Amino acid sequence: MATPDSAVSTQAPLSFERHPCSYQHWKLTFDGPVATLGMDVQEDAGLAPGYKLKLNSYDLGVDIELADAITRIRFEHPEVHTVVVTSLRERIFCAGANIFMLRGSTHSWKVNFCKFTNETRLGMEDASAHSGLKFLAALNGICAGGGYELALACDEIILIDDANSAVSLPETPLLAVLPGTGGLTRVVDKRKVRRDLADFFGTIAEGIKGKRAVEWRLVDAVVPTSRFKEAVAKRALELAATSDRPSSGPGVTLNPLSAVITEDAYTYSSVSVAFDRAKRSATMTVRAPQTPVEQTPEAILAAGDQFWPLRCFREIDDAILRLRVNEREIGTIVLKTEGDSALVLGADQVLLDHAGHWLVREVIHFIKRTLKRVDLSARSFFAVIEPGSAFAGTLFELALAADRSYMLDDPDQHNTVHLSAMNAGILPMSNGISRLQARFYGTPDQVATVLAHAEPFEAADALDAGLVTFAPDEIDWDDEVRLAVEGRASMSPDALTGMEANLRFVGPETMETKIFGRLTAWQNWIFQRPNAVGPKGALTSYGTSDRAEFDYGRT
Amino acid sequence: MISSDKIPNNVDLHLNKRLQRALEHWQPAYIQWWRDMGPQGFQHFHEIYVRTAISVDAAGWAHFEYVKLPEYRWGIFLADPVVNRTIGFGDFFGQPVWQEVPGEFRNQLRRLIVTQGDTEPASVEQQRWLGHRCPSLYDMRNLFQVNVEEGRHLWAMVYLLHSYFGRDGRDEAEDLLARQSGNQDKPRILEAFNEPIDTWLDFFMFTMFTDRDGKSQLLSLSESSLDPLARTTRFMLTEEAHHMFVGDTGIHRIVERTCQLMKESGFSEDVRRLGGIDLPTIQKHINLWFSLSLDLHGNEISTNAASYFANGLKGRAEEGKWTEHRVIETTYDLDIVENGAVKREAVPMRNAMNEVLRDWYVDDCQSGVTRWNKTLEKYGFSDRLRLPDRKFNRGIGQFASIHTDPDGHMLSDDEWARRKYEWLPSPADKKYLLSIMNQPIYETGKFANYIAPPARGVNRTPINFEYVRTEM
Ligand SMILES: [Fe+2]
Ligand SMILES: [Fe+2]
Repeated sequence: MATPDSAVSTQAPLSFERHPCSYQHWKLTFDGPVATLGMDVQEDAGLAPGYKLKLNSYDLGVDIELADAITRIRFEHPEVHTVVVTSLRERIFCAGANIFMLRGSTHSWKVNFCKFTNETRLGMEDASAHSGLKFLAALNGICAGGGYELALACDEIILIDDANSAVSLPETPLLAVLPGTGGLTRVVDKRKVRRDLADFFGTIAEGIKGKRAVEWRLVDAVVPTSRFKEAVAKRALELAATSDRPSSGPGVTLNPLSAVITEDAYTYSSVSVAFDRAKRSATMTVRAPQTPVEQTPEAILAAGDQFWPLRCFREIDDAILRLRVNEREIGTIVLKTEGDSALVLGADQVLLDHAGHWLVREVIHFIKRTLKRVDLSARSFFAVIEPGSAFAGTLFELALAADRSYMLDDPDQHNTVHLSAMNAGILPMSNGISRLQARFYGTPDQVATVLAHAEPFEAADALDAGLVTFAPDEIDWDDEVRLAVEGRASMSPDALTGMEANLRFVGPETMETKIFGRLTAWQNWIFQRPNAVGPKGALTSYGTSDRAEFDYGRT
Repeated sequence: MISSDKIPNNVDLHLNKRLQRALEHWQPAYIQWWRDMGPQGFQHFHEIYVRTAISVDAAGWAHFEYVKLPEYRWGIFLADPVVNRTIGFGDFFGQPVWQEVPGEFRNQLRRLIVTQGDTEPASVEQQRWLGHRCPSLYDMRNLFQVNVEEGRHLWAMVYLLHSYFGRDGRDEAEDLLARQSGNQDKPRILEAFNEPIDTWLDFFMFTMFTDRDGKSQLLSLSESSLDPLARTTRFMLTEEAHHMFVGDTGIHRIVERTCQLMKESGFSEDVRRLGGIDLPTIQKHINLWFSLSLDLHGNEISTNAASYFANGLKGRAEEGKWTEHRVIETTYDLDIVENGAVKREAVPMRNAMNEVLRDWYVDDCQSGVTRWNKTLEKYGFSDRLRLPDRKFNRGIGQFASIHTDPDGHMLSDDEWARRKYEWLPSPADKKYLLSIMNQPIYETGKFANYIAPPARGVNRTPINFEYVRTEM
């Protein structure tokens, strides 16, 4: 197995599977419609040696548990309507990402850490917007940097008023970097703090507390210690009352994925990833269901995590996450599908027919988030469409997510792609539009045209319609695909990452694209600069006895 | 409204419009705080023979008069400036000291000043019921002297906040009056300042050990690159010395009385039967207050301490006695806890500044204990009082995660739970102490049975002087 990429390196490749029974850093408790996520980070249980997670500061391991908890609440606890995010430590909510961990990490580890934590927070907002699951941040003590960003991802923020606890984004004044999980963007875009006030807020390490924090909209309310618990409980119930989630379970248990992970391949039930390390590429193959999926909500509930759309996309999600952090050298991912397109389209129909059912809704949003992870991965994706593949409907989104697609045009073999209503906007990208809309940004009428095409597209038709990039014939096929992969692998990975991110997200900006775009453009730039990480940089000298020294030249 | 006459000062208050305006709001709030949270029951009808600082010279700060507590003239004094003073340590070593707060260090300095400032009114609040249990008028006067001076120390910190920190400083000054010791909603910043001090043994221990932490902190701040902070704290130290005198001699007088009672009874176990305070109880209180005060010095390894030192904001006690003032390469050996075991490790000295200050503090405490033991010796007892090991009963820093006995030997959680009252005051001990203190002594020249009279009175007055008089 390739070494994971971190100077604070984890010994074994990182797994993203967790279970509440073995959480180290969070306590998840339930009380009717309210779940409480209590942060209690174990200092000595960081993912890597070399730093202590003091004051409820976090590393990727803490955030993986958080992401797991939120996903489980969505699927396993439909009766939960509000999640209270708080801390179990007195006078400390969360001190943000651990600075010593950041300092000891490689650039790409930091990028992946920020990416994942951003996805987790956007996932909270997704649950609020689409699943009727509200988040209430109960800040019972100091709340700095990433701690405040976690709060910002919640629907509402209640801050304890003890004349001491403040919210802050001390990254700029203290560390010469930026908040890495959308803090600045959310302050002005989501909470609509006036930009000049936000400017002041972003430069004072100790933050803002009390009445002023409310006046400036940094928090929704401040409550004295003696009434804090009661106020949080009351507000949590009020938020819960606005939810359209069911009033009782059962939910669906998310069992372990039981992937087989070896040096050469990841093998899941519907997904496999085979590595070609010499070519710095991997092939991810997604298999269509073998039999028609369950047709009714009752049957889907009974099938639980074995319901193919859920099972399949959980596996894709896990594979993408593993590839990101454990397989840095694998720059190109060839996407393939296998099986009976009709069964995929059948599954799509079930999803669409029951989209109003809480569980089906969760499955659809899970698929959406997984596809977003693909869009946001710093890997080149090529879809390779061959006879026997099942690029239909939801699985065709993988081809649409790819940077390029190659479809074999062989008169002797049947090779088709299909669209379904799942391609019509129910699985939007981060920029809020569908992958078809993004694809046909210059010819918007084409979206309706291809969607109206009820029949499968043969290769030539697909090429004509603009649904695939190239359709080589059987004589050129092997070379074309091989050259594409090899050519890709030879280019600078940095330039490719930048190019792909530029091209994937055409069209409108959303808070989500701003967060990722600015993280990439600014934070990742600043993270590389001597003023932060040079020998005299602020991040380097933080916590040592040296003072930071800056190059005061502006760009 | 704000007059230099009512507010003795050496900061040209009459010319300082900004300060006058700030104080116009703050001073009435302060007086209200003093009435609400200061000594309870001794505000309106009692006149106390106290010292008021009216200038910084020797004659000026030992000015004695009878005053009603709320009418005390809290003043603002800075020690005289040192001409051409330069920064004595850290990265700016040798450069001229600052007369203004540099923007870059504004927040750090504000935090230092607010944290220091918060302890001053906190202790007044903690001690506000003690007058009703006083062992003599002499002691009551000392208590109130300490209290008014802690009030003045608050003024000193508020002066800095008002003068150098703009609107934020005014807000912080207000918050210093809004937080209250033990208040659930707005507690004092440091945990140790949120427990009431309800026995006089605790009071003496507090002034001996916790005020001495105040002295450590003030000494290190008196080296500060911010000259007004250095000068303010330097003057505060003169008052702090008296607070420690009260504690040191208070314990000493209890020890002396205990010796007398032991002599009478022959066995120390009988001291309680005679209404005195037995040596084990005294030792337990030393254990408690010493360990609490060690905590106040902060984490053994501290990035804040390093950056305070680097920036010249807070130095070591008596920095002049050290030979090397930049402290870039130097390391410092200290005990750390790793996997439940204690081991010695060298850390960059800048990060160990809290521990360096703690070393100074431990030495300073030891001299008091040595004096008390002289008395035990004089009376012919072989018992000795002592400071517990540094690892004992710690709530902050490396040793917070382990338990030890007063010799520093590790204990299991179970053993600690079972045995801690062998070394720390138990509820029964407290009950006993309250029982012998529930009758206050208000008669001039009289002393409670558990404490010996002082060697001499205040300001050359006789011991039977009427230190507190009532005006009905
Ligand atoms: Fe003081
Ligand atoms: Fe004092």
